Amino acid sequence: MSADPRPDCPDIAPLGVDGVLVRFSTRLDDVANRAVLGFAADLESDPPHGMIEIASALSSVYLRFDPETVTRAELTKALHARASARDWSAPADSAGRRWHIPTAFGGDRGPQLAETAALLDMSEEEAVADLVANPVRVLAIGFAPGQPYLGMLPERWDIPRLGDITPSVPASALVVAVRQLIVFSADTPTGWRHVGQTAFKPFRAESDAPFPLRPGDVLHFDPVSHDEFDRIRAGDSDGSGGARLEEAQ
Amino acid sequence: MSGRLTIHSAGPMVTVQDMGRSGTLSLGLSRGGAADRLALIEAAALLGLSAPVAAIEMAGMGGVFSTDTPTRIALTGAPMRATLDGAPLDWHGSHLLPAGARLEIGPVTRGAYGYVCFAGGIETHPVLGSRATHVNAGLGHRLAAGDSLPLGPDPAPDTPAMALPVEDRFSGGEIRIVEGPQTRLYSSAIRARFTETGFRRSTHGNRQGVRLDFEGEPFTAEGQLGIVSDVIIPGDIQMTGDGIPFVLGPECQTIGGYPRIGAVIPADLPRVLQAAPHAPLQFRFVTLEEADAAFTPEAALLKRLRAAAEPRIRDPRDIADLLGYQLISGVTAGDELKGD
Repeated sequence: MSADPRPDCPDIAPLGVDGVLVRFSTRLDDVANRAVLGFAADLESDPPHGMIEIASALSSVYLRFDPETVTRAELTKALHARASARDWSAPADSAGRRWHIPTAFGGDRGPQLAETAALLDMSEEEAVADLVANPVRVLAIGFAPGQPYLGMLPERWDIPRLGDITPSVPASALVVAVRQLIVFSADTPTGWRHVGQTAFKPFRAESDAPFPLRPGDVLHFDPVSHDEFDRIRAGDSDGSGGARLEEAQ
Repeated sequence: MSGRLTIHSAGPMVTVQDMGRSGTLSLGLSRGGAADRLALIEAAALLGLSAPVAAIEMAGMGGVFSTDTPTRIALTGAPMRATLDGAPLDWHGSHLLPAGARLEIGPVTRGAYGYVCFAGGIETHPVLGSRATHVNAGLGHRLAAGDSLPLGPDPAPDTPAMALPVEDRFSGGEIRIVEGPQTRLYSSAIRARFTETGFRRSTHGNRQGVRLDFEGEPFTAEGQLGIVSDVIIPGDIQMTGDGIPFVLGPECQTIGGYPRIGAVIPADLPRVLQAAPHAPLQFRFVTLEEADAAFTPEAALLKRLRAAAEPRIRDPRDIADLLGYQLISGVTAGDELKGD
């Protein structure tokens, strides 16, 4: 790995024979993630010659290419030129979409809320209020189909993953670690702390729109009572779990 | 004529696979598709097809199948014991499957994944651009007794049975790898030890990845707990937190935070995924130039293999229904298959 990459001067390295990785930071960093999202959106709307597909992670963009159409050297040169053409971290959240997702916190809907609040030196009520006061961006989609990595929460939420993995946290659970949240696509063993439960399905295999979330979307978790949550989940037929989407124009 | 394939029995991991999905990686869905992509290309070559089609992948153990219309089939990938109405069938070859005949496929004799490919392809409804069952994402399902699947029509049912010479990729061996963005997180001593280690394919392996067993210290990277999650792809050699290597397969997760010491080149990935439990595997770093030179696009590979396929020469005494074969037209069509 070369010197630290910067948002205007990413590292571009081969990843396999037919791929390259464009890395904007070696750390999880809000500015670098904005650059990732901006750069990835530009590649999608104006694909370079020979590109087959891209995927973005928290701080990097992977691009798979057709070696019959373009060489790695040509592609790398084109990507360097594109990367330095502007400040890719500039796009604003307001260009995206906002989701409001009903969420039940604590108790058996979020059995690790109490220990999470203790780590923050807050009461459970204060921790929930602090969490929902901070809308989060879809930093990346991955690991499992449609599953969002969400952030960045304020510095005080930089809490470590658990040493002991929880054997199974249910699908649609809201979990937290290292200034990020995830809503699980499926039942998952995890070291992230389970603080709340939604009825929102990030992957809907049977649907015409199986992947509701996109990188860059903004999510608000709206607290609801456990009774209200049970009512929403019982009435849910399409996996939206009562979520409301605002599309900015 | 299109028809239906009936599954009378199936091993524990018998699924429909094609060449997988392109364009869903950004949505968290890995490419999936055949564990041994070469096997589907070989099947297309044996059947004279212009592109691979959806087929049945059988991990370790096959099943019993029949169709309601005659069709050619190709048997590729890891060799398995196969019979047609009790008569043994050659692997790495194509055969005519008469309507109602009983195709029985038993355990692998070497390797991990065997394939039976029907000339018209399996024509289940594509989901997100592919018919491939993605076990990990819950797309499609493991086939079981009583399942029935639609088949496309055999485009050239009268062409003769073909055979394809196949290099052994079912017993492990030396695997070429290239450096990736995290290779240099491993010290030169650890990288050297990695290539000197005689690994064995663990009994823990599936379409997500294959664990490698070895003796000695774990392989740890500098600052590996602080690594920001990156896109991961099939062929990557990822170390778990306790320093155990896994070679990622077609159904790997799409983002991972564990470091990767390198990536298996595409030409050698089937050899890793086809290695049976306990098969020996040894890794050798090659330069990107060497990796590029070893890379053959799949379309070019199919063209080459179509030219290499040839009509199977059989001892007429082994052919039970000799008079049923169209010997003359078979010779002609065999030559035609080599064109493009």
